[in-house]
Amino acid sequence: MLFAFDWTQLAQQTVIGLSSGGTWALLALAIVLIYRSTGVINFAQGEMAMFSVFIAWSLVHHGLTYWAAFFLTIAISIAGAIAVERVVIRPVEQAPVLTVVIVTLGLLFVVDGAARWFWSPETRTLPNAFSTSPITIAGVAFSWQDLGNIAVSLGLVVLLWGLFRFTKLGLALRAAAVNPDESRLLGIRVSWMLALGWGLAAGLGAVSGMLTAPALASFDQNLMQPVLLYAFAGAVLGGIESPLGAVAGSLLLGVFVNLVGTYVGWIGTDLRLPVALAVILGVLLVRPAGLFGKVSARRV
Amino acid sequence: MALLAVEELTRRFGGIVAVDDVSLDVGEGEIVGLIGPNGAGKTTVFNLITRLYRPDNGEIVFDRRSLLRTPAHGIVRRGIARTFQNVELFGSMTVLEHVLIGRHARRGRRAREILGYVGLAALAHRSARELSFGAQKRVELARALASGPRLLLLDEPAGGLNHEEVGELGALIRRMRQDFELTILLVEHHMQLVMGVADRVHVLDFGRRIASGTPGEVQNDAAVIEAYLGTNA
Repeated sequence: MLFAFDWTQLAQQTVIGLSSGGTWALLALAIVLIYRSTGVINFAQGEMAMFSVFIAWSLVHHGLTYWAAFFLTIAISIAGAIAVERVVIRPVEQAPVLTVVIVTLGLLFVVDGAARWFWSPETRTLPNAFSTSPITIAGVAFSWQDLGNIAVSLGLVVLLWGLFRFTKLGLALRAAAVNPDESRLLGIRVSWMLALGWGLAAGLGAVSGMLTAPALASFDQNLMQPVLLYAFAGAVLGGIESPLGAVAGSLLLGVFVNLVGTYVGWIGTDLRLPVALAVILGVLLVRPAGLFGKVSARRV
Repeated sequence: MALLAVEELTRRFGGIVAVDDVSLDVGEGEIVGLIGPNGAGKTTVFNLITRLYRPDNGEIVFDRRSLLRTPAHGIVRRGIARTFQNVELFGSMTVLEHVLIGRHARRGRRAREILGYVGLAALAHRSARELSFGAQKRVELARALASGPRLLLLDEPAGGLNHEEVGELGALIRRMRQDFELTILLVEHHMQLVMGVADRVHVLDFGRRIASGTPGEVQNDAAVIEAYLGTNA
C-alpha cells in the first residue's frame, strides 16, 4: 500500500472530540436557553459552572462519592441560580438588553471572586466518573470516560428536549420565552419562568463542569474559561437561537478541533482555542445565522 | 347585576388621554359591541381590563370583585380570556400546543373537542405560523376558549377576513355564547357584523363614551353619526 492511513487513530480521536464537544454542548445549551428567553448572553454562565464544580469538589472532599456529589451539585446549582436570578437579574428585567448583559458581566467577576475567596488558589482534582480502563470495540480501544461523557451529555439533551416538548412546565417555559405578554394572560408567571430558565441553565453548566474537571490532570478556578469559549463557538456555529444547533455545532466543533490538533502538526494542543475563535469569526462572516439558525428580519 | 362594570376609567399616555372617564357595563350572557373610529381607545380599554395597562383612575369590577388587584397572570383564573387585533401566537408551536397552553391555569373543555368546534381538528399538529391568517385567528380563539372563560374579549375578530368568513364568524360568535355559556365583549370595525350579533353597543370617540344602546338606537344617534362622518361645517 502506498499510503497507510491509521483508521484506528481517526476513530479514537473522533470519539475524544465528541466527548469534549458533548461537555461544550451542555454549556452552549445553557447559553442558548437564556438567550432565547431573554435575548441576553449570560457571560457568567461559565463561571457559575466553575462554582458548581467547586461545590462538587467540596462535597467529594467531605466523603461523598462522585455520583452523589454530582446529583446534589445539580440541585444546589439550580436552586442557587434561581436565587441569583431573583436577586440580581429581576430588578433589571425590563431594562434594555445591554444593561442586562453588563449585569451578567458583573456577575462573572463576582462569582469568580467568590470562588477564589472560598477556595484557596491551589490545584485540585475530581475523581473519575467512569472507569479509567479502556474498552475495545471492533478492535479499537476507547476510554470509558469519553464514552460516558458522550452518553451523559446526549442523555441530558434528550431529557431536556422531553421536558420542553411533552410537559406542561416545558410548554409554559416556551410560551413565556416567545410571547411574554400573551403568556401572562394565559396565567403563566413569566418572571418565574425566566428564573426557572436560569436554574435549568445552571444545572446544565454544572454537569458540563463536572464532566470537564475529572478529565483534567488538575484544575483551578480558571477551568471553565476555555469551555465557555468553545461553547460560544459551538452555539454560534449551530445558530445561537437553535438548541439543536448548539448541540450539533458543539459536537462538530469538538471533533473538528481535535482532528485539526491531531493531524495538523503545528496546531497541536496549544492552538486549539484560536481554531475555535477562527470558527466563530468564519461563521459570523459567511453565515451569521449559523448552520441551524433562521435568518430573521426585524421590524424597526 | 353586570358581570363586567368599568367605572370612570382613565388612562393617559404622556399628554394623550387614550381613555377618558369611561364607564360601561356588560351583563351576564350578553354580546356587547365596543365601537368607535380609529384611535378611539377601544383596544386600550381591553388592555386595561386584562391588566396589561394600569389605569390612572377608575375601577373595573368583574363578578362583583375589583380586577385592579388581580395581576395580569391572574386574569385567566378569574374567567377572562381574550384575542388580539394582530393575532398573538407562539411562533413554531403546533395548533394543539396552543390549545394546551390555553388550559395552563384554568381548564375548560378538552383540547380536542375545542379544536373540533372551531374547525381546526385536521390541523392539530401543524405549526401555527404556517397557517392562513383566518386559521390563525381561529387558533387564537380556540386558545381563549380552552381556559373555559366566563367573559371573552374579542379584539377585531373580523379584521382581515373575507366577506364569506365574516358571515361565518357572526354565526360562530352567537353559537359560542350558547354552547360555552359566554359573555362576549367585542371591539370591531365591521359594522354589519357588530349590528348583527350585538345585543347592545357602546360607542367611544377620542377616549370618551359618546353613546350606548341597542344597535338600532346607536345607529340613529346624532353624536355617533357625527363621530363617524365628521361635522357638517
